[in-house]
Amino acid sequence: MALTAEWAAAWLRECARVMTEHRSELIELDRAIGDADHGENMHRGFAAVAEKLNAAEAASTPGEVLKLSAMTLMSTVGGAAGPLYGTAFLRAATGLGDAAEVDADAVVVMLTAARDGVVARGKAEPGDKTMVDAWTPAVEAAETSVSAGASAAEALKAAANAAQAGAAATEPLIARKGRASYLGERSAGHRDPGAVSTGLILQAAADSAGDML
Amino acid sequence: MTVGLVIVSHSAKIADGVCELAAQMAPDVPLIAAGGTDDVPPRIGTGFQKVQDALVEAERGSGVVVLTDLGSAVMTAEMALEFLDGDARSAVRIARAALVEGSIAAAVRAQSGGSLDEVVDHAESAIVSIDPGALEPFVSHGAAVPSDGPAPPAAGPSVVGEWDLPNPMGLHARPAAVLARELTDMDVEVSINGVDAKSVMLLMSLGLGQGRKLSASASGPDAQRAIDYIGDKVTGGFGET
Repeated sequence: MALTAEWAAAWLRECARVMTEHRSELIELDRAIGDADHGENMHRGFAAVAEKLNAAEAASTPGEVLKLSAMTLMSTVGGAAGPLYGTAFLRAATGLGDAAEVDADAVVVMLTAARDGVVARGKAEPGDKTMVDAWTPAVEAAETSVSAGASAAEALKAAANAAQAGAAATEPLIARKGRASYLGERSAGHRDPGAVSTGLILQAAADSAGDML
Repeated sequence: MTVGLVIVSHSAKIADGVCELAAQMAPDVPLIAAGGTDDVPPRIGTGFQKVQDALVEAERGSGVVVLTDLGSAVMTAEMALEFLDGDARSAVRIARAALVEGSIAAAVRAQSGGSLDEVVDHAESAIVSIDPGALEPFVSHGAAVPSDGPAPPAAGPSVVGEWDLPNPMGLHARPAAVLARELTDMDVEVSINGVDAKSVMLLMSLGLGQGRKLSASASGPDAQRAIDYIGDKVTGGFGET
């Protein structure tokens, strides 16, 4: 089954469920090197997205779903994740345009647009111990798998795995962007909460695509 | 109408406080606080909708300068800007300045009729060096760090004046603004104790308390007027004695 607007809505609802489940974990990660609000902010933001999706008429394209989500995240998250994920979903929506379905190539386009949006907004580079360290390997893994003939769902799975590996790899890094950068060397030894939540979001995308197969 | 300011902070109290402080010196400038999230009551964070609304409210036809605190306030402000259409966007600037110092400098410049570019410039040049060792009892800013090089050569004969500060609070924010605001409109190069007397922030950073000596030197067509003005205000204790 193709990845339609229905998939996109299922993805965002899964994000809401996963953020609730991992709320405490994200709070703890952020308490170590930030302001301890990431878990609460993500939980709140995606819960609002799920509510919006329930209230709105069913969108006809995946792009519409992502755009609605972007606008909701920007207004409800509050922390740095609001503008960052807001931009990511908005650029992803723009990348998909009016297409009714997301095929394998469109997965790469969508993830690349999202990653570029995050980089443009937060001005972080790979290695700065931010969510860019999850997005960038995700984009690369999706590209590699699609050029080897992977389906859209397989590309999402590859991206999710790479994002989670990327998030794990932020542990020894010293933060150079965001609130954690104030801690300098003391930021080493903890995974970056934003990179972890990016892994969760992409895992949710892959899982909801897998459910549709 | 003057350039408007939007103050974006993670904390509603900080945003309100900065507006309150700046309003003292810039009563006619639209100062719009956009602090905390969009929730009621606001949480710590920044709200996209709140910033968007503030941008509209602050615009009175002369443009808007946005001042921000930490990282995500900058990101939220940038997003809000991207959502404006081209014309509206070109009338909004985000100043890269320390929130409190930058806001006050921007507000004072806006109050005296500064253009959008001038207000941004003032905000961005309002960097105050904090030297705890030189802190004085009445002034929260540290001693001034006058620019390293010698002052630019004065054009024409210079006029000087020297007075003791009589008012108990010394050269704090309001008197500094009283001096800088008026001097800015004169055709004069004027310094007080080695710093540019047209800069509120530099005057404040001198940390001059009661009884300290204030030496002014002015050159240019309005030199005498400038010195007379400073002398008049200082000896009058800025109306505070």
